Amino acid sequence: MKLPIYLDNNSTTQVDPRVLEAMMPFLTEKFGNAASRSHAFGWETEEAVEKSRVSIAKLIGANPKEIVFTSGATESINIALKGAAEMYVEKGNHIITAETEHKATLDSAKYLEQHGCTVTYLPVDKNGAVTAEQVKAALTDKTILISLMHANNEVGTVHPIAAIGKIAKEAGVLFHVDAAQTTGKIPINVETMGIDILSISAHKMYGPKGVGGLYVRRSNPRVRLSPVVHGGGHERGFRSGTLNVPGIVGFGTAAEICLNEMAADAVRLTTLRDRLHKGLSAQLDEIFLNGDPIQRLPNNLNISFAFVEGEAMMMGLQEVAVSSGSACTSASLEPSYVLKAMGIGEELAHTSIRFGLGRFTTEEEIDFVIQKVVAVVLKLRDMSPLYEMAKEGIDLKSVQWTAH
Amino acid sequence: MAYGPKVIDHFNNPRNVGSFEKGDLTVGTGVVGAPECGDVMKLQLKINTDNIIEDAKFKTFGCGSAIASSSLATEWVKGKSVDEALQIKNTDIVNELSLPPVKIHCSVLAEDAIKAAIEDYKKKQRIS
Repeated sequence: MKLPIYLDNNSTTQVDPRVLEAMMPFLTEKFGNAASRSHAFGWETEEAVEKSRVSIAKLIGANPKEIVFTSGATESINIALKGAAEMYVEKGNHIITAETEHKATLDSAKYLEQHGCTVTYLPVDKNGAVTAEQVKAALTDKTILISLMHANNEVGTVHPIAAIGKIAKEAGVLFHVDAAQTTGKIPINVETMGIDILSISAHKMYGPKGVGGLYVRRSNPRVRLSPVVHGGGHERGFRSGTLNVPGIVGFGTAAEICLNEMAADAVRLTTLRDRLHKGLSAQLDEIFLNGDPIQRLPNNLNISFAFVEGEAMMMGLQEVAVSSGSACTSASLEPSYVLKAMGIGEELAHTSIRFGLGRFTTEEEIDFVIQKVVAVVLKLRDMSPLYEMAKEGIDLKSVQWTAH
Repeated sequence: MAYGPKVIDHFNNPRNVGSFEKGDLTVGTGVVGAPECGDVMKLQLKINTDNIIEDAKFKTFGCGSAIASSSLATEWVKGKSVDEALQIKNTDIVNELSLPPVKIHCSVLAEDAIKAAIEDYKKKQRIS
């Protein structure tokens, strides 16, 4: 077993060796510009790009012509929100999203608010989900777009996308889904789920960084989006700029592998995730699962370890790479806004740790992590005044703290 | 975040972790911070009749820098008089541990904890 152990796969994933192998020729001898129509260098890269488009389309049940290559999910989300708002300005100016969305969505929405749009940020329940009924109730005659994530990047909660897609269809409102966490992890079908626009990131599915995709529906309805990046009219005008051929080839190969292995991977990861959860619960009291226990990503476990601050936890876990919702890990000094929106108190938000499992995670690693986490939590609780007070039966909520 | 070697040393080998017996009139206790803010420090000083700090113990809920700041504070106050301990400034802790700007509040908390513990000791002495 190699140390440190990587358990931050909701942040990024290791490039699958098969992906790298497929990319290598396009970083060396096959360097043509895919837009060069006049010679063989361009033809071979264009062919490779189109092959990738087919693989990615197949993974989400789309037509290859509906896939636009971008630099990643952040750019895709920007095009979806800003492009729709600008294109459909005559139809309306209202957008529905949720409080727990990724910053790419929230910050794009805030930008649009400064440019004439009104945005509804739906609150989530204690597990981090919005319901189709909430979306329906928020619709107005000015609504042009519903934008929600398929699964949350921090707590792994999966939204009821098909039910929301149905409501969007009935209302004639476009539905954008941020599928950065789910593409290649759990099944997506843009037809059966009623999705009109979908954002994908390659590096979360064992592909390279710097490349992503945007699915844009071509019929029922034909979605039009104003471009954000202007230039040579690449990607049917949706996204100008010379195509990142090696990245796109890697993305396509990653999609192919996911299509073949996703089902087996999901079963294996769910087993490992539950093994981790049970292993920790068996040896530690006062730990709390964040997110939906059932409707959650197979590879995500987010736990609050009461009375132990998250950053200190991570410092103690030098051999394990995880992330935390603790304020100390962010520049803002505010704990996770996702946990906050779920109604989880700040004192518990500071103690949260996100474990992100991946294709290369082994059972041996999980068993090692259980043992390490238990040891660190016990050590830090031993020096935690809060744990001591709680054990003495003091209600921490009744204490007059000197907030600073 | 990258930690300085002294923070890592105090985090891995914290000095003087623990608590004194409750109700000991020679012990002053300072509890500062709040769970919602992500750090709570409890510092206890055992002070003799000559106003010398004979022993110190701490427990801290917080990040590595908060733990290191309180651990260092216990080391520093031991053997000092109450007046000397009151002279310890948070900037001394920042310098000793090479804390980055985002962690300065940890050192402030440690300074506040020393003051609160001494205040508590004085209060107990007045009452008894």
